[in-house]
Amino acid sequence: MKAMLLAVCAMVVIAVGANFALRNYAGFSAQERTTVGESVRLDR
Amino acid sequence: MTILQQMLRVFVLILFAGGALAQDGPADGPRAATGGAQTLEDILARQARQPVDDGFRREATGDPDAAAPVTAPLGTRGGASDSDLWRALRYDSADVTTRNNGPAATVLIQDGGMWWLRFREGPLLGYGAWFLIGTLGVLALFFLLRGRIRIDGEKTGRTVTRFKAIERFAHWLLAGSFLLLGLTGLISLFGRKYLIPTFGHEAFSTFAIGAKWVHNNVSWAFMVALVMIFLFWVIHNLPDRTDVKWLLKGGGIFGGGHPPAKKFNAGQKLIFWSVILLGGSISLTGLALLFPFELHLFAPTFQKLNDLGVPGWLQEGRSWPAALTPQEEMQYAQLWHAIVSLVLLAIIFGHIYIGTLGMEGAYDAMGSGEVEEQWAREHHSLWLDEVKAREAGTDRAGTKGAKA
Repeated sequence: MKAMLLAVCAMVVIAVGANFALRNYAGFSAQERTTVGESVRLDR
Repeated sequence: MTILQQMLRVFVLILFAGGALAQDGPADGPRAATGGAQTLEDILARQARQPVDDGFRREATGDPDAAAPVTAPLGTRGGASDSDLWRALRYDSADVTTRNNGPAATVLIQDGGMWWLRFREGPLLGYGAWFLIGTLGVLALFFLLRGRIRIDGEKTGRTVTRFKAIERFAHWLLAGSFLLLGLTGLISLFGRKYLIPTFGHEAFSTFAIGAKWVHNNVSWAFMVALVMIFLFWVIHNLPDRTDVKWLLKGGGIFGGGHPPAKKFNAGQKLIFWSVILLGGSISLTGLALLFPFELHLFAPTFQKLNDLGVPGWLQEGRSWPAALTPQEEMQYAQLWHAIVSLVLLAIIFGHIYIGTLGMEGAYDAMGSGEVEEQWAREHHSLWLDEVKAREAGTDRAGTKGAKA
């Protein structure tokens, strides 16, 4: 039972950690990866 | 005849003559009658799912070089009409430039999308749902027919350590993450059809965003646990001769005594390799979906299978598409991810059944890690012998050490 609870905790930690790391260090966002950030018209 | 009537006649003549001129097309060829457009034969062939030569459309994308200059009478600005441009986009021959920097940004019309959408919303949902419901039905029927598999012999009251804490941790990490991924995956797959009509768009939207977050991020726990499980148990899951005997006896499920088995019997080995191979495949396609357009898994795979002639085994002269647009890569990844996940879910339903309701004493192996010795003797006799021999060896060494 202890192993199961520990696994659930680990799952939460890994999920939150993955979300934090991917967002902050890997540019993990379809929007960021596939579009330009600046306004297309005004920058011209 | 009044002047007005004469003018009307001239007008009608001009109108018809103009219409006839407008319909002027190629003087010969199969589409002469339609002025180069599709014919009744084309339509019938398409309905019969026969190949249609669409060159008359594919190549009609305008010819700027031959166009009259803009200053000339009836001159154009570029020689391509709107229809020409849309045809060029449709057949991916237009020279598209875009500020959008995604790999798929220049593909504006993608034929494969409709096939994928129809398959995803039709057979995948229909057969997928019935497959899972059918699996649960078969398990319920099996339970009604066979009942719970009890420990046949008298319980000893002694226990044997079956799995260490780290093994149980890895198992529960894999199991917990898989169940969460399965549930959130089913919400993504079936939500549009079954949950939106029940809860409405706004409630489902919030629910789906949460499910997607969980699915994206818990996937890493699944992959970590998959690697751990593989490393811990691969050595015990290599096939050997005892598996053949176990399978020939049907695992003793329907009587005829308990066939001998090591730490894992043949049934458990099948579960192990299903989890590793299908789980590995789901992880790979999942990574392709997590990082859109980065991994190209299907075009090279199709190319290799074409080289080996595999599609020809199914239908002579057949080959699979080895040049895929970025969107098609994602669509194949999504389909494969969903189909393999549904298969693994069904397998895991069976695993959960036998590990809990289906067999007395089985849950303890993963619950506390300690199993009743009689259970171990009946289901894993060769493993129990090994454990006993090891314990005896340790005891002898301990006694010798104590004497020394």
